[in-house]
Amino acid sequence: MTSMNITINGTNKNVTSAGTLSDIVKTYCKYPKGVITELNGNIIPSALWPQTKIQDGDTLELVAFVGGG
Amino acid sequence: MTDTPLVIAGQTFTSRFLLGTGKFKSKQDLKESIAASGTQIVTVALRRIDLERHEENILEYIPSGVTLLTNTSGARNAQEAVRIARLAKASGYGNWVKIEVINDSKYLLPDNQETIKATEILSREGFVVLPYISPDLYTARALVKAGAATVMPLGSFIGSNQGLKTKEMIQVLINEIDLPIVVDAGIGAPSQAAEAMEMGADAVLANTAVATAQNPAALARAFAMGVEAGRMAYLSGLPVRQSAADASSPLTGFLYDDVGAH
Repeated sequence: MTSMNITINGTNKNVTSAGTLSDIVKTYCKYPKGVITELNGNIIPSALWPQTKIQDGDTLELVAFVGGG
Repeated sequence: MTDTPLVIAGQTFTSRFLLGTGKFKSKQDLKESIAASGTQIVTVALRRIDLERHEENILEYIPSGVTLLTNTSGARNAQEAVRIARLAKASGYGNWVKIEVINDSKYLLPDNQETIKATEILSREGFVVLPYISPDLYTARALVKAGAATVMPLGSFIGSNQGLKTKEMIQVLINEIDLPIVVDAGIGAPSQAAEAMEMGADAVLANTAVATAQNPAALARAFAMGVEAGRMAYLSGLPVRQSAADASSPLTGFLYDDVGAH
């Protein structure tokens, strides 16, 4: 399996090329409740994660709820 | 005394106290504060996940019956606020958004103009929009036109615990704006929350004071009681302040008619 570079939350990461967005969320989000993904500037609803392939050079944002006033 | 419930965008709430979830020392404190206050609306924020530190999800500590109100903190203009709101909606946790646009790092005052712009866009997209503003009549009128669900004027600087420094301007909004007025920011004690409610505010939001108290849950409860007391006082037709004394006892002397009263 070849690997590729993607940017997750501003950090360069090396991932396997067969990965989907589901795999990425599983790997990087220990607490996935309410996690939101933005791939190359587009919001991807969680229902579409399993079928969304990650490509070399993708920029991904993983966002979650935190405390705030 | 009977009260009508607080209605925001067609949804009814018996509690008029909103709680912010920032700055709590532990998520357990937050959970207990939500329960103790009986709040039905809590604010949350959105941030990038820290890939190294797997921080526990705050949603696990908020009961499912409580309405989530996501703020757009971190937004410096309308466009950024809109982006944050759309992200929040994509989470599947509702479409209630508190517009918070700030580009001043010293006073953290909201940018009213950008807030109006964001409110226009998001209301059109079907969001329930609760804009946070510096109290100003013209801004509030523009927000009504833009489709806001409430107006949230600040009492004083965020996190300052200074109370109702903008009291007279908030009173103008209460008098003139036909939307729920939720007093937000700077409310540092239950007495200040009560004061806002006595004026006729529809609800009060507090965060810093509760989160940084030695016993957050106890203060959260006290805030809810302050809000309730203030609301009841308002509904009772609170008598107005006088500039001179008005004796509570009969104005005759105890034994002789010519002696003063007390």
